[in-house]
Amino acid sequence: MRLLIVEDDRDAADYLVKALGEAGHIADRAPDGVEGLALALDGGYDVLVVDRMLPRLDGLALIGTLRAKSVTTPALILSALGQVDDRIKGLRAGGDDYLAKPYSFAELLARVEVLARRRGGPAEPTAYRVGDLDLDRLSHSVMRGGKTVSLQPREFRLLEFLMKNAGQVVTRTMLLENVWDYHFDPQTNVIDVHISRLRSKIDKGFPQSLLHTVRGVGYMVREGAR
Amino acid sequence: MKALGRLLRTTAFRMTLVYLVVFAVFAAFLLGYFAFNTRHLITEQITSTVDVEILGLAEQYRQGGVRRLVFIIDQRARRPGSSLYLVTTPTGDGLAGNVGTLATGVLDTPGWTETTYRRLEEADTAVHHALARVFLLPGGFRLLVGRDLDERERLFEIIARAGRWSVAMVIVLGIGGGIFVSRRVLRRVDALTNTAHTIMAGNLSGRLPVGGSGDELDRLADNFNAMLARIEALMHGLKEVSDNVAHDLKTPLTRLRNRCEEALRSAKEPADYRSVLEATIAESEELIRTFNALLMIARAESGEARDDMTEFDAAEIARGIAELYEPLAEDTGLSLRVEAEAAPVKANRELVSQALANLVDNAIKYARVEVRSANGKPSEILVTAKSVNDRIQLAVSDNGPGIPEGDRGRVVERFVRLEQSRSRPGSGLGLSLASAVARLHGGELQLSDNAPGLRAVIELPRAPAAGTG
Repeated sequence: MRLLIVEDDRDAADYLVKALGEAGHIADRAPDGVEGLALALDGGYDVLVVDRMLPRLDGLALIGTLRAKSVTTPALILSALGQVDDRIKGLRAGGDDYLAKPYSFAELLARVEVLARRRGGPAEPTAYRVGDLDLDRLSHSVMRGGKTVSLQPREFRLLEFLMKNAGQVVTRTMLLENVWDYHFDPQTNVIDVHISRLRSKIDKGFPQSLLHTVRGVGYMVREGAR
Repeated sequence: MKALGRLLRTTAFRMTLVYLVVFAVFAAFLLGYFAFNTRHLITEQITSTVDVEILGLAEQYRQGGVRRLVFIIDQRARRPGSSLYLVTTPTGDGLAGNVGTLATGVLDTPGWTETTYRRLEEADTAVHHALARVFLLPGGFRLLVGRDLDERERLFEIIARAGRWSVAMVIVLGIGGGIFVSRRVLRRVDALTNTAHTIMAGNLSGRLPVGGSGDELDRLADNFNAMLARIEALMHGLKEVSDNVAHDLKTPLTRLRNRCEEALRSAKEPADYRSVLEATIAESEELIRTFNALLMIARAESGEARDDMTEFDAAEIARGIAELYEPLAEDTGLSLRVEAEAAPVKANRELVSQALANLVDNAIKYARVEVRSANGKPSEILVTAKSVNDRIQLAVSDNGPGIPEGDRGRVVERFVRLEQSRSRPGSGLGLSLASAVARLHGGELQLSDNAPGLRAVIELPRAPAAGTG
């Protein structure tokens, strides 16, 4: 995919361009808000990565301007301000996701990939299928190999989010934010325990695992071993 | 001279000047209006008197001819304070009256006229002003009747003098009063300014003097003092944070640096570098985590997070956090139970969630798994939410080692960790954050003995209207 990095710190931007390139994506960079806006307006990018504090034009103003001109390219806001209300301000201004600095590249990559995918996709389907695992959002039922798997409501939402992003790495923070709606750091990795419970319900006793751990990053649901 | 300049620039003095001008103009206007009306009234009186006399005299002339008219006028003219009279022949020769000389041409035009004249009496040679009416009698005789205007002019003069004096008095008294009031205000403001200067010079514990009369300057000083108290508290907090940051972030940073240096010096295989780098990233993540927690606490303590208050039921928070941690507790070999009753509260939802999460996290860390209850069940962590009078309580109880009574005040400070917990993971900020969040909402964090274990309670003010409790 094509990305635009609007970031005034040259080192940080160069690192992102390089690392995204290694991950198979093409990234352009803009050193300030005005140039970023110009590129974003006619660029045809899949995702924008916008620093919150930029010279000449603030990151939130940039996104606000884009949205006012009906440019709907998904935008990930990067900010040194990690607080809850700053995140809310960012999303209100038209941002689609928010990542506090310092971030790990894996976290950023996972988030931009999810954003890029969300864009092209059709309206949310009523059912997901990965291998022989089926999830029906209307009847709230899950089947593995034709047999019903009984899940707690939270486990259902966890699996739903993982399957919606099947083939895509999702990080622990993304799960905490999207499945639990918490935006703080729970110190201990509580998410891991939830995942292992879910895994024991959907993967146990089947030759092929569908719920994979991506070391150092997070989790992924996909068919076939990695 | 400089002092006078300062005096003249005070608001009190400027206000005085404005009022002064307003009052002076008002006084002048009032007197002017009075004078004008009086003059008008006198003129009206004169004209009606003269009209009546002319009518009377014309009647006498009609009945008794010019002889009778002359006779009557002679009589009237001799009375003291009489009107002015003059009867002339058609050619203008005087027949009777008390008017000596008149301005020329007056007699030619019948009707009202204002003119100068001299009295006939020899003692009085001064030129007077008069308002007179010339009347043409049948047969060509002319009759002039008028009244002296000196009275009117004198009255006008008196009023004008009174006006000048009163305006002068207003100005003198006003300026005097203005200087008096301004100096009083200026003296008190000077006292406030001097204290403010010493405070600005670095002594944040200084306070502005309060006179005690409860006037507007006292109220201002009171408010400034409250503001200073708040600033002092914030500065104190800031200093504490920076001290803590210096102390407790530098230690892991040193460790991190040492490890990198060690790797540069002695690592040989790429795998060695790799393991050091991985450890470095893990350590930096821990640092970021600590740093975030510190910022969060500072933010809660500064009161900044007050903007995001919403009303919600704390029971939902208790259930949510319990649900999040329940698998972890079970994996650790504990049971986690929740008892939640409606507990409406107006607070920053995210911060309260995090505070409770910290308490549950602590409870799981410190609970003694090996100790089982009498019937052999796993030891229990209990999360409760309830309303108690006008407060709500979110409580977490465990059966761990607890905190000795003497240390309970200390553990909520940043980075304070008791000896027995040093070996366990954690930043020493969990309770600090819970305490800061409670205080942000006007509540407190209470730690008590759960016999055995710790019972930690976040107590917050209950939301007034919402819920039934």
